[in-house]
Amino acid sequence: MMTLVAKRLLQAALMIWSIGTLSYVLMRLLPGDMAFRIAAGRYGYDNVNLAASEAVRAELGLDRPAWQQYLAWLADLVRFDLGDSLVSGLPVAHEVSHLVLHTLQLAVAAFACAVLLALPVGLFAAFRAGGWFDRCSLVASAFLRAQPVFVIGLALVLLFSLHLKLFPVAGFNGSKYLVLPAVSLALVMAAVSSRVIRHSAVGVIRSAFFDFSRVKGLSFAQSFWRHGVRNAALPVVAFLGIQFAGAIEGIVMIESLFSWPGVGHGLAHAVFNRDVPMIQAAAMALGLIFVGLNLLVDIACYLIDPRERTEP
Amino acid sequence: MRSACSFLLLFLLAGCSPNQDPEVLTLGGPFEFTSQEPSRDGYLYTRLQVAETLLEVDEQGRLQPGLAERWETSEDGLVWRLYLRDGVRFHDGTALDAQVALAALRVARSKPGVIRAAPIEELRSEDRLTLAVRLSRPYSPLGAVLAHYTTAMLAPASYRADGNVGWMQGTGPYRLEDFDPPHRLGVARFEDYWGTPARIPRVVYLTGHRAESRALQVMAGQTDIIYTLDPASVDLLRRQPDVQVHSNPIPRTIQIKLNASHPFLAPLQARQALSLVLDRTAIARHVMRVPGSEANQLIPPGLAAWRLEQLPAARRDLPRARALLAGLGWEPGADGVLQRDGQRFALSMITYADRPELFVVATAIQAQMREAGITLDVSVVNSSGIVSGHHDGTLQLALVARNYGNIADPLGLLDADYGDGGNGDWGAMGWHNEELPALLRRLEAERDPLRYRAGAQRIAGLLSEQLPVIPVLYYTQQTAVSSRIQGFVFDPYERNYHLSRMSFQP
Repeated sequence: MMTLVAKRLLQAALMIWSIGTLSYVLMRLLPGDMAFRIAAGRYGYDNVNLAASEAVRAELGLDRPAWQQYLAWLADLVRFDLGDSLVSGLPVAHEVSHLVLHTLQLAVAAFACAVLLALPVGLFAAFRAGGWFDRCSLVASAFLRAQPVFVIGLALVLLFSLHLKLFPVAGFNGSKYLVLPAVSLALVMAAVSSRVIRHSAVGVIRSAFFDFSRVKGLSFAQSFWRHGVRNAALPVVAFLGIQFAGAIEGIVMIESLFSWPGVGHGLAHAVFNRDVPMIQAAAMALGLIFVGLNLLVDIACYLIDPRERTEP
Repeated sequence: MRSACSFLLLFLLAGCSPNQDPEVLTLGGPFEFTSQEPSRDGYLYTRLQVAETLLEVDEQGRLQPGLAERWETSEDGLVWRLYLRDGVRFHDGTALDAQVALAALRVARSKPGVIRAAPIEELRSEDRLTLAVRLSRPYSPLGAVLAHYTTAMLAPASYRADGNVGWMQGTGPYRLEDFDPPHRLGVARFEDYWGTPARIPRVVYLTGHRAESRALQVMAGQTDIIYTLDPASVDLLRRQPDVQVHSNPIPRTIQIKLNASHPFLAPLQARQALSLVLDRTAIARHVMRVPGSEANQLIPPGLAAWRLEQLPAARRDLPRARALLAGLGWEPGADGVLQRDGQRFALSMITYADRPELFVVATAIQAQMREAGITLDVSVVNSSGIVSGHHDGTLQLALVARNYGNIADPLGLLDADYGDGGNGDWGAMGWHNEELPALLRRLEAERDPLRYRAGAQRIAGLLSEQLPVIPVLYYTQQTAVSSRIQGFVFDPYERNYHLSRMSFQP
């Protein structure tokens, strides 16, 4: 277990360096003058001009050689200083943590809804595999998955905000603002995970060890609880981990539809404005979340699967 | 199952609270903000009435008293004296005096902004409430510069050691309460305001990135006022019983910036032909959905002194455009595209995504040009691409939206756009004209309104005859206002939303 954690920590450190370096190099390779881009981000399109971009260039030392700027960044990183945003001038750590917290809030809520939805649907479909419920849930999940998440969001807004006036259309000011974006995401996530749960459970139910436990005299429920859940859970946990990671990085559309201040949206704007420290920090935060998630999935699998613990 | 049902019910009931707070005015718009810096996002703070400027501008663009209750200029136009209002307090309790105002202006001058273009030699305080600005040459737009959001008055405690704003302490009827960049800003009534206090206790601004989300917000009753609606939502909102749509012209023009030194565009006839090819009426009607917004000259209505009233409306005239191009040697090739000496009439046009209507208009122009045998390759770039394309000479055509009301006196903007031998970052390119910059310089020193108007008319005439930039359309700001709001007013210069004058229906 400790080796597992140590391995992941080392991975995290390597990842921070490589993501930061890669985003720095990629930003340098993008066409367009950085000083102009940053000036446009800072002062808006009505006020960007040569004078503003020259002021930006002088202030940020953008005419220094690229390797000097890179080394300065690396030295700051070793001191855990991520620097200030080139556009807003505020500390990047503060800005990114604000964005990441909102994204995590949305992703966790969506994930919880998705699991609450997918578990009963997937299990029930597995228990009655091939029945009408299984077939209906397949059609529904294919239909939902085929929709862009943006369309589902709009449909929910039309129903719950415009007609029923239950939830606000967009914004972030308390739990009721979270409901529609979280449910839109959850529907898309549950569409796939319910099928994964169903297949995994069906695999277990049709296995020889499950038949043996029934022959032994255990009821279906007892067999499933004692022998089915753990076995079915392994692939599901691994899949949910990936899906959660996907949710964090893939919710830009939902963030912009619901005016949610998430990291996906922030990252996109930072790229437009060539706000390199923001891009580096946001990418690092996303990378760290991935490593953290992987660790959690590993630990969960380690706890679920006794074989992992016995094998050398 | 029962517990799941009760959980769901609880979940739904939690959201059942009314969408609108009777104490809070909510408004939305597309503008994102990242800081509290007047030089960067100051417009938002003057609009929300957190920060105020020394002078104000009325709907006709005339200077009005602001934090300075009166002002005067010396005979030679070189010294401006501003007399500050007594008893003005910042949100942190500090009193506004000449020293504080001076410090705020010095910070503004140290950052990019319109005040840098003003030929200021010295700023000094003459007594507790008198501020003097000494210029190296007469500069009439100074009043408009002192009404610009980048020169807003902030308390000394607003600035951090590096000169950037940590937390804005302004003088307006609302003080900053919540700052959640880039999306939400909350302000609360400032009880010690020097003027009439605000009626509505709190205001929340929320950035809405998607135009359809913004329209739905006001339809659902979640938001009271939505600024900058997209054309498609306007029709929908007009049919809503409890929403009013206000259409107000603003001094902003969609125009085609072009490289007049490009061999295809250098002859005046070529630029005239391009202008004649444009079907502005179709774009106004079907893209912008504001019939009558066709632009026949660059400077928009509302800036009366700068308008050529006799100029006929701009109409499409394809035969004349073709004749003009034929006169320059352009003949249709086998694929319908004009050719001359083996060269095709193919150009690239760039525009930027910050204003979503621009690339739709650009593609409409692309189709219209194709009818005349001109192929345009349209691409969307970052707004700074216009300026860098101007300076590295790669720009051929660019569709831009220029705000002639950015500074209430268009002289400052025209100087930026045409002051450099006729050229400027967002104005003409590769055009050579010495008369226009000289006229601009003369007008900066002109104090006689009649002579000022005559000079302005000459400048408008030059731009219209020479077409260094082709006007396309004028903007109309579409705003949706919930029927619970009383006293909505719209400032065409978009400096101030006048929230403090609004109230809720009883």
